[in-house]
Amino acid sequence: MDALVHVEGLRVVVRKESGGEVPIVNDVSFSIPKGEVLALIGESGSGKTTIALALLGYARRGCRIAAGSIRIGDTRVLELGPDALYGLRGRKVSYIAQSAAAAFNPMKTVMDQVVEGAIIHRTMPRAAAEAKAVGLFTALALPDPKTIGARYPHQVSGGQLQRLMAAMALITEPELVVLDEPTTALDVTTQIEVLRAFKKVVRERGATAVYVSHDLAVVAQMADRILVLSDGEMREIGPTGDILVRPSHPYTRSLLAAAAPQPRVDDTAAQTTPLLEIRGLVAGYGRVDASGMPEKRILDGIDLTIARGRTVGVIGESGCGKTTLARVVAGLVPAARGTVRFDGEALPTNLKERTREQFRRIQIVFQNADTVLNPAHTIERILARPLAFYHGMRGEAARKRIVELLDLVKMPAALAARRPAELSGGQKQRVNLARALAAKPDLILCDEVTSALDTVVGAAVLDLLAELRRELGVSYMFISHDISTVRAVCDEVVVLYSGCKVDAGSRKALAAPPFHPYADLLISSVPELRTGWLDGLPPRMAVEAPAPGEGKPAAGLCTFLGRCPVRISGICDRVAPPRRELGGGKEILCHHTGDELEALQSAQAAKATSRQRGQSVG
Amino acid sequence: MSALPLAGKVGLFFVALWIFLAIFGPALAPHDVGAVVSPDAFGAFSARYPLGTDYLGRDMLSRILGAARFTIGLALVAALSASVTGTTLALVAATAGGWVDEVMSRLMDAFISIPSKMLALVMVAAFGSSVPLLILTAAMSYTPGAYRIARSLAVNVKTLEYVQAARARGERLAYIARAEILPNMVNPMLADFGLRFVFVVLLLSGMSFLGLGVQPPNADLGSLVRENISGLFEGAPAVVMPAIAIATLTVSVNLLIDAISGRSTRAVEN
Repeated sequence: MDALVHVEGLRVVVRKESGGEVPIVNDVSFSIPKGEVLALIGESGSGKTTIALALLGYARRGCRIAAGSIRIGDTRVLELGPDALYGLRGRKVSYIAQSAAAAFNPMKTVMDQVVEGAIIHRTMPRAAAEAKAVGLFTALALPDPKTIGARYPHQVSGGQLQRLMAAMALITEPELVVLDEPTTALDVTTQIEVLRAFKKVVRERGATAVYVSHDLAVVAQMADRILVLSDGEMREIGPTGDILVRPSHPYTRSLLAAAAPQPRVDDTAAQTTPLLEIRGLVAGYGRVDASGMPEKRILDGIDLTIARGRTVGVIGESGCGKTTLARVVAGLVPAARGTVRFDGEALPTNLKERTREQFRRIQIVFQNADTVLNPAHTIERILARPLAFYHGMRGEAARKRIVELLDLVKMPAALAARRPAELSGGQKQRVNLARALAAKPDLILCDEVTSALDTVVGAAVLDLLAELRRELGVSYMFISHDISTVRAVCDEVVVLYSGCKVDAGSRKALAAPPFHPYADLLISSVPELRTGWLDGLPPRMAVEAPAPGEGKPAAGLCTFLGRCPVRISGICDRVAPPRRELGGGKEILCHHTGDELEALQSAQAAKATSRQRGQSVG
Repeated sequence: MSALPLAGKVGLFFVALWIFLAIFGPALAPHDVGAVVSPDAFGAFSARYPLGTDYLGRDMLSRILGAARFTIGLALVAALSASVTGTTLALVAATAGGWVDEVMSRLMDAFISIPSKMLALVMVAAFGSSVPLLILTAAMSYTPGAYRIARSLAVNVKTLEYVQAARARGERLAYIARAEILPNMVNPMLADFGLRFVFVVLLLSGMSFLGLGVQPPNADLGSLVRENISGLFEGAPAVVMPAIAIATLTVSVNLLIDAISGRSTRAVEN
């Protein structure tokens, strides 16, 4: 078969400061027939983005394409001069980047930027390009396709911007589209709409695409074939179904295992003495008015209890207030209303009023290990500080304890002399955790500790957390946007939406209906690790998330009202929803009773299953 | 240092040379700094007087070696006090925040609006010219600039997560300022210090050129230019040489700073 894209023996090297060159992509060969989607999958540093960029004839600063050939159609990409590359990029090959928010110019309207490619390459006059853009907007299921082009990038939501970027890439009808982690930065509920739109456009237009991702479940929906990479080497290539069901390379197997995390909790250690009790918490940012309320309210009436030795998961999409909740407990954000009690005592919400003992017993582990360690300090100094600060430990005793701590997080003691910049992402996150452990805390607030890490490394960190809990009996507040991670480590789960607790229950309650409509959306939006999952979903699950600053319902009403697929008009838009206790610690903030929700959601699940069955038969 | 670009190496060489000359210059000088040694005023280059002679017939090389100590010494002390004061105040303002920051920043804004030359002229007019006064004036004029740069750096660093982590650990503000924020703003502040050093050299040279700076019998590079200004019409080296000395000093400091700060940003990128 004559392939559209043919890559042979590709080798990309990076220059070392000492002078030599180290390969980051080594001897990669593949070909893509016309109309096929090939996925490049691997962890960070596996060379997947480097390969994707090489398809555009581009190597990042400090890198060089050292050997190999790339042919797209009749063009030999690596033999082109700079001028010819201008003609290639955006015309024959186009690129969709991970963060659309960073790729759009905030000073120009969306339409100006979408048609820019067509105008630069003079493929069609502006009027025709705009008409074509509107067609693409419709195909990508964007709202108001005729008028959305007149908006500025900040006036549309993140998921819409990502689809607009796809329109930008497709306007010149390129032969090859390169998608570089296009949905990684999106919330699951948004990701699903974007994936659906991408898939539809790719299928309708018969586009050939390279889809770069670290997420096997997403790739399973999008790709015809998968190329597995690690350390710049090809591990395996094959049809999607085969790779998922019968992986032949051990590395692929480890990826698959890490993608479906096993529960790490044992339900036997059920204790009920509350360690942290939050009641009626209201907090936010901005100027505080006369009654003590902040201008921008982030959290509204939160109740939450963490028992000794237990892990409570807090889950929700970005902007729902989950990080603010951890910051209030840590004392970094003052509470406007409500109480926080720790081990029976009221916890001052102001940093200055807390005792050192209170600081010691609650430790926060921030999300981004790259920025949370002071780049000017060595690992030893970073770990020595809490030892000296809380326990007055200095000299030889401190050094011994640092070695113990590093051992606890499974790092060699020799790394103590290094600075954070010399460690990998996973190692930094371990140091971050070790610093919290140095205080011997009773409660650790984990804010998205694994979201910046690769699946395999993230799984190791989760194992570590579970082990520490068994051995040291610490409690965790585990904040995440990823429901499968939360399922794997938490005893109880709280779902936040727009600053309100909408659903709460045990881990088991998260496995079967009834759910709050938002929790239901969240759970059913997580891609499953099998082909055809996306096609089996009901056509539209919920109203899309509104653009920033739009469509927030009036105070007191259900915050999910605007997006809820099962809202009852006349009730939901008039009266505040009641908090329903459904037994077994499960509670839901909704007008529907538990039985109603259960009936609705079970019916929906049955419909989805039958649709999939119909599909696999046909 | 091996990674310095060529311009940086040139800068480093001249900076090192000038520092060496400022320390050992008078000892190396072939003639006494104040002695009239030649009957020729504005003499040309010669083996005996390598840089010619000045308007009184003094050896120009010895004069410059003597003056370098004043120019560099004064500028160093003034720039150092401006940078240290500015950085310290900025750390206090940034970590304390709120009204402390507001009051200090507005005061500094008021200060920065006074032109440095005007301030210097007023000070000299009021108190008479002396070395301590010149240092004080120069330090006062350049503290607000250093403060502004340091404060914006400190405010940026303060919002980073490792500072948040330190706050959540219960650390005191003084520790946060000293151990968490300061080490991460040293590099840009060093670059800023070099820049201020150059400004002070130019300010003091300008003051001396007007006759309001270092007073005879002492002389800095600016006063040498002024003394010998009448040699301009004869094409005497005496007026050009101190000017070249000022130029090499300031340009080389700039080259060095550019090379160092460029290197530190590259290190951050990597």
